[in-house]
Amino acid sequence: MFAYIVRRLIGAVLMLLLVSLVTFGIFFWLPKLAGQTTDQIAAGYVGKAPTKEAIQDTKERLGLDDPVLVQYGNYVKGIAVGRDFEAGPVTDHCPAPCLGYSFRSSQPVLETLVDRAPATASLAAGAAVIWLTGGITVGVISALRRGSLWDRATMVIALSGVSLPIYFTGMVSLQLFSYSVEIFPGGGQYTAITADPVKWFQALVLPWVTLAFLYAAMYARLTRAGMLETMNEDYIRTARAKGLPERTVVTKHALRASLTPIMTVFGLDLGLLLGGAVLTESTFGIPGLGRLAIDSIRSGDLPMVLGVTLLTSASIVIINLIVDLLYAVVDPRVRLG
Amino acid sequence: MTGTAPTAQTAGTGDAPTAFLEVRDLKIHFPTDDGLVRSVDGLTFQLERGRTLGIVGESGSGKSVTSLGILGLHNRRNANVSGEIWLNGKELVGSSEAEVRRLRGRDMAMIFQDPLSAMHPFYTVGQQIIEAYRVHNDVSKQVARKHAVDMLGKVGIPKPDRRVDDYPHQFSGGMRQRAMIAMALSCDPELLIADEPTTALDVTVQAQILDLISDLQEEFNSAVIMITHDLGVVAELSDDILVMYAGRCVEYASVDDAFHRPLHPYTWGLLGSMPRLDRERSERLLPIEGSPPSLINVPSGCAFHPRCPYADLNGDKSTTERPELVEVEPGHKAACHLPLDRRREIWADEIRPKL
Repeated sequence: MFAYIVRRLIGAVLMLLLVSLVTFGIFFWLPKLAGQTTDQIAAGYVGKAPTKEAIQDTKERLGLDDPVLVQYGNYVKGIAVGRDFEAGPVTDHCPAPCLGYSFRSSQPVLETLVDRAPATASLAAGAAVIWLTGGITVGVISALRRGSLWDRATMVIALSGVSLPIYFTGMVSLQLFSYSVEIFPGGGQYTAITADPVKWFQALVLPWVTLAFLYAAMYARLTRAGMLETMNEDYIRTARAKGLPERTVVTKHALRASLTPIMTVFGLDLGLLLGGAVLTESTFGIPGLGRLAIDSIRSGDLPMVLGVTLLTSASIVIINLIVDLLYAVVDPRVRLG
Repeated sequence: MTGTAPTAQTAGTGDAPTAFLEVRDLKIHFPTDDGLVRSVDGLTFQLERGRTLGIVGESGSGKSVTSLGILGLHNRRNANVSGEIWLNGKELVGSSEAEVRRLRGRDMAMIFQDPLSAMHPFYTVGQQIIEAYRVHNDVSKQVARKHAVDMLGKVGIPKPDRRVDDYPHQFSGGMRQRAMIAMALSCDPELLIADEPTTALDVTVQAQILDLISDLQEEFNSAVIMITHDLGVVAELSDDILVMYAGRCVEYASVDDAFHRPLHPYTWGLLGSMPRLDRERSERLLPIEGSPPSLINVPSGCAFHPRCPYADLNGDKSTTERPELVEVEPGHKAACHLPLDRRREIWADEIRPKL
């Protein structure tokens, strides 16, 4: 068990290295391949009407003249042991894990990530609770009443839920419940939970529901399919033959077995969402990691993009590791090794 | 229930029978898009405590559907069950699902064919037995657990106090079937239905399991229905044999009669298909020609006539008229148009010498 976790963690680190290398390459190597000079790249960071001195200064500060691999090596070293930045006469020490400074705001990347993460985590966690309970409940009932009006109606709704993009459902819900009838605050009103829990909750209800609708739809279909299959298993017949009440048969025997594949998908979904729900955050103006990623990509803020990418990858890898460990708990036939 | 005079149950048509289990004109039909599947079509039999009835027949003859029907395990929404099933003076077909559920596991229990798929992979063997016991007995977990260990010991599982915490996949096939039997017997049921209990097992283990079932039957004095396509199993365990074909009983006899004086061509066919090790090896087995009939379009007249080598001897009676199950000798019933003497002749002259 311990050896397994260690092995998986080593795998995770290698994975993150690969992801960062590719992201690094896309932003620094591809422009060079495309024929951009380091002067042109640096000019992009200086602002309007760049002067020669400013460009030269930026180039040195960012180390743009170094070979890409050297730059990458410095970056990784910064994460592992910290890094010193020479900005003119002052030397600024950035302790490990150092993700560098934003090219745009000059803020430490890590600080910005930590600043933005709670909004994204609030959004993802709340939505996950809604879609898991909603999706699984609907899926189970549909499976048990297969072919009924309820089943057909919810599956049509589920199909639309999967098909409709967030920016559509989000806009519609904002229009209905915020602008027409003022039940919930409009976009851009996110408040940290530490500042005001009530406002935090109110501002997140619509984003939660909108985001959860998409996922609940998928999970309802997934649960329904799984339950239909499980209800035909021999051990369900055995459970009934024992004289168990149908409720116990469904929850303790059938649902338990149907949940394992859902757990896998949930791990992937939640991991991805914790790295930022780009569309939801943009639609509702939530200052989370998704918004940060989009803004950083637009402005070519490489350290920030790298930071968000690494955080997303890390959350996916770690949550998947947790899911795999849980698998061994849920299904006794699974042996980790 | 407290009335002084025994009143007839409103459900069903007949009076409460004296037999422990009595099935009367049981019909189990499944409406499908292709037509009505008549899996069981008018089955009648009785069974007393301490006795074993073997139900034999090919795949699709309605054996398993019958057993699931007795336990009330068919979904009432997609199966039409009619007729009467009397268990210990109580009629089951007309009872509510909740009433039948309370009897399941307690008064009647079932051993399934493949114990690996029939046990839940996520729960330990002990948990599954404890669950079966606690549904019907209001006891603490500790008491139920002790009972589970006792049951596992009783069915011959070594170190039951340790194996009780193992999962089904950690058991061998034979041990799993023993555990399944322990689970079925945990509430001391009076009726035990074993649906092909040895089919999924190693030959060497089969005999042990059969011995176990018959030992436990003696101990608990329960009635046992043994469903199988293996005549060897039936010969070993049963008192009586019910031969099913296309959802109906074609012959009912004591084991002795069924093996030595069978009176239905289908039973002859089954006997001819059975490999015998105690005889000199004849050239080949004598399988029944053709395949089991569709249960949607059951052949007219005698359902066995397309495969029966003697159907022509009756003129067109075999194809037009369904033979009734009649008692030809005390305790021996058969459904065949052939004159009784002719059947005895054919058995003695043509069939027996070739077996």
